[in-house]
Amino acid sequence: MAAVSLDHGLILAAILFVIGFVGLLTRRNLIVVLACIEIMLNAAGLAFVVAGARWGQADGQVMFLFVLAMAAAEVAVGLALAIRFRQSLGRLDVDDADEMRG
Amino acid sequence: MTALFYIAAAVAIVATVLVITRSNLVHALLYLVVSLFAVAVVFYTLGAPFVAALEVIVYAGAIMMLFVFAVMLLNVSADAPLRVPRSAWIGPLVLIAVLLAELIYGIGLTNHALHAGEVGPQQVGEALFGPYVLGVELASMLLLAALIGARHIAAQPEVPEEPLPSDAEADARADEVDGV
Repeated sequence: MAAVSLDHGLILAAILFVIGFVGLLTRRNLIVVLACIEIMLNAAGLAFVVAGARWGQADGQVMFLFVLAMAAAEVAVGLALAIRFRQSLGRLDVDDADEMRG
Repeated sequence: MTALFYIAAAVAIVATVLVITRSNLVHALLYLVVSLFAVAVVFYTLGAPFVAALEVIVYAGAIMMLFVFAVMLLNVSADAPLRVPRSAWIGPLVLIAVLLAELIYGIGLTNHALHAGEVGPQQVGEALFGPYVLGVELASMLLLAALIGARHIAAQPEVPEEPLPSDAEADARADEVDGV
C-alpha cells in the first residue's frame, strides 16, 4: 500500500484550520461562528490523528477523542448561549453582543 | 488508499469553503456534515477506523444534530440572512494566506511516509484506559459540567414569587429538561 505522506495530511489540517479561521473572522452569524470553531477543532484533531499515524501509535487517536469531548462540551454551552442571545437581543448577529450588560 | 485520501481531502476543502460562504444557515450546516464525512474518509485512509466511525457518529451525528435542532428552535429562517459585505473578506483572506504559507513552509516538504499499518479500536481502548485513564475521567467531568451549564444557561429565568407548581407545570418543566 502506497502510504500518504505525513506532510500532505498536516497540510490538509492546516488548510481546514485556516478556512475555519477565515469564517470566524468574517461571518457575523453566531451559529456559523460556532460551526467555524467546530471546523478548527476538527482540523486540530486531524493533525493529532495524522501525527499518530506517522508513528503507528494509538496516542494520536486518544487525543482526538479528548478534542471530540471538548468540542461536544463547547457546542452544548455555545448553543445554549445562542438561545439566550436570541431571546434577549432578537437577532443572532455577534456584533450586537457589544451591548450586553449583564 | 492514496487516491482515496486526496479525493476525500479535496471534498473536505471544497465543502468547508462552502460552509463559510453560504448565507443560508441550513445549507451551511449541511455542507459542514459533508465536510465531516470527508474527514472521516481521510481518517479511514490514514489507518484510524475507530476515529473515522466516531467522526461520523459523534460529529456528524450528535453535534450536527444539536446545531440543526438549535436552528429549528431559534426559527432563524424568519430572519433576514446576515450578509457579509465583499470588502470584509479581503483583510482576513490576505492575512490568512500569509499564515497558511507559513504553516506549509513550517511543515516542510520532507516526504516522511506514514506508518502503513492500521491502529485499531483495541489499541486505542488499551491506551485510553491505561496511561490516559485520568484524561478520560477529566473528559467525563467536563461533559457533565457542560451539561449542567447548558441547562442552566438555556433555561427560562424563574419567576421568584411563583406559587407552588401544579402538576401540569411540573410536567412541562420535566419536558423542558428532556429537551435540553
